[in-house]
Amino acid sequence: MSNELEISLYVLALAVPLGLELVRRVSPLLHTPLMSLTNAISAISVVGAILIAGAGDSPTLSKVLGCIAVTASTINIVAGFLITDRMLKMFKKKEPAK
Amino acid sequence: MNEVAGGVWQAAYIIAALSFVLSIKWLSSPVTARRGVLSGEIGMLLAVVGTLLRHEVVSFEWILISFLIGAAIGAPLAFLMPMTSVPQLTALSHAFGAFAAALVGTAEYYRYTMAGTPIPPAIMVALVIETLLGYLTFTASIMAFGKLQEIVPTRPLTYRGQNLVNAALFAFAVGLCPWMIAGTTVGWVFPTFIGLSLLFGVLLILPIGGGDMPTVIALLNSYAGAACAAMGFALGNRLLIIAGAVNASSGFILSVIMCKAMNRSFGNVLFGAFGQVQEGVAAHMSQKPFRSATAEDAAQILASARKVIVVPGYGMAVAQAQHKLRELTDVLTKRGIDVQFAIHPVAGRMPGHMNVLLAEADIPYDRLHEMDDINPDFGETDVALVIGANDVVNPAARHDKNSPIYGMPILDVDKAHTVMVIKRSMNPGFAGIDNELYYMDRTLMLFGDAKSFVGEIVKELAAAA
Repeated sequence: MSNELEISLYVLALAVPLGLELVRRVSPLLHTPLMSLTNAISAISVVGAILIAGAGDSPTLSKVLGCIAVTASTINIVAGFLITDRMLKMFKKKEPAK
Repeated sequence: MNEVAGGVWQAAYIIAALSFVLSIKWLSSPVTARRGVLSGEIGMLLAVVGTLLRHEVVSFEWILISFLIGAAIGAPLAFLMPMTSVPQLTALSHAFGAFAAALVGTAEYYRYTMAGTPIPPAIMVALVIETLLGYLTFTASIMAFGKLQEIVPTRPLTYRGQNLVNAALFAFAVGLCPWMIAGTTVGWVFPTFIGLSLLFGVLLILPIGGGDMPTVIALLNSYAGAACAAMGFALGNRLLIIAGAVNASSGFILSVIMCKAMNRSFGNVLFGAFGQVQEGVAAHMSQKPFRSATAEDAAQILASARKVIVVPGYGMAVAQAQHKLRELTDVLTKRGIDVQFAIHPVAGRMPGHMNVLLAEADIPYDRLHEMDDINPDFGETDVALVIGANDVVNPAARHDKNSPIYGMPILDVDKAHTVMVIKRSMNPGFAGIDNELYYMDRTLMLFGDAKSFVGEIVKELAAAA
């Protein structure tokens, strides 16, 4: 097993329990925002998309696919974060003043 | 120069990973939740800027154009969708994210093959997982979107041997995997694998009914995260692994919570085709007598109550009744009546759906209660007002072993002194299961559209005041 792969597996082994623990603490009240926030974060695939689209040595096919991927993940990022914030803005504890 | 830039992007990635973790941590409470979103946004910005700084990235114009197009589509989506459509929007957003992951996997595959470099097996394993989950989640999310938007029929679509066909297709796709990992250069194998993944996503959602969407959306969230983590392995990028793993576990936990709240297993949700059952039973049950009442009667009963618990369901979302419900809450509260809300975990079309709608209508969140917290209160409640909820308040879940929802935890509305149910008609709900709650002596059926009926009650109460 290469050193790189080993480190990646360690990272995975730590990240999964951390994720489970973090999410378990989120109040059911906020499950919808949680979902749209994690949805926005899963658009981190934009990193891979940029690397493919911008690389000098990519064949044209890969570049085109990369650019489509950048567009798709940007939609995901923008829509995900904006809708999460729009929802969270609405959660108020006290009766709004009249 | 390169070394400096190298240090910069690596630092940006590490801070981005930390931001994502903090983002979820802060989301745990409504007080810090918006800080969580900000942290997530900063993380994403750092990840994007850091990536653009990497020396492998040499051409920028097309990337910038792609950003602009993406933002131009994404922003109106987020601002124009009404709050009731959040499940659809989330499904659509999943579809785009998963599609991106799948495309990156495909592009990476062709980058290797066109350069004539053999793909190391470990990388190919990651690429296979990434493309399989990516394409599958893409079509499955589009289908889920279609069902939620009611473009595709929301009833489960089943046919004889469905599970067999799905299993065979899946086995075929999995069968191609070792071949690809061994480094085959046969041209049709990878495209066929993509095709099968796409098809499988569609077939997976066909037999799933609208009521099971909370579980399915959560599961798709998990798949999208797993695809990202796999991409992290393919590219040797740990930021992707961390973000993907956190997402995958988030989706996983939510779907487990949803399954528990329905007392069903994953397998049953995915392959059980819930909602096909019980047509016959519903037909003969409906002969039993029930009591109905007018808005005026309902207003009188509410006015003399001391404690009211409102139980909203998907019907409230469909009728957009949350704003009228807030007016009702205000009128009753002004009279000194205690009004609380009971939220079942699977009410609505995605986890936490009802909370968002009630928050939209400015109902303070300390009045929204989880099932386990509020169930003991029903015994001392004068009126339980059920709006557009059905299966989650069906007492048959407690005692009728033949009922398809037997064992599902429910809200104990039948223990309240009076139960009022706002409903369009006596037709059984989505799952086609009749609800014995409607035939109890202390249950009053209020027939009509939820929004206009609540509006009428408010008018009656205002006139009486």
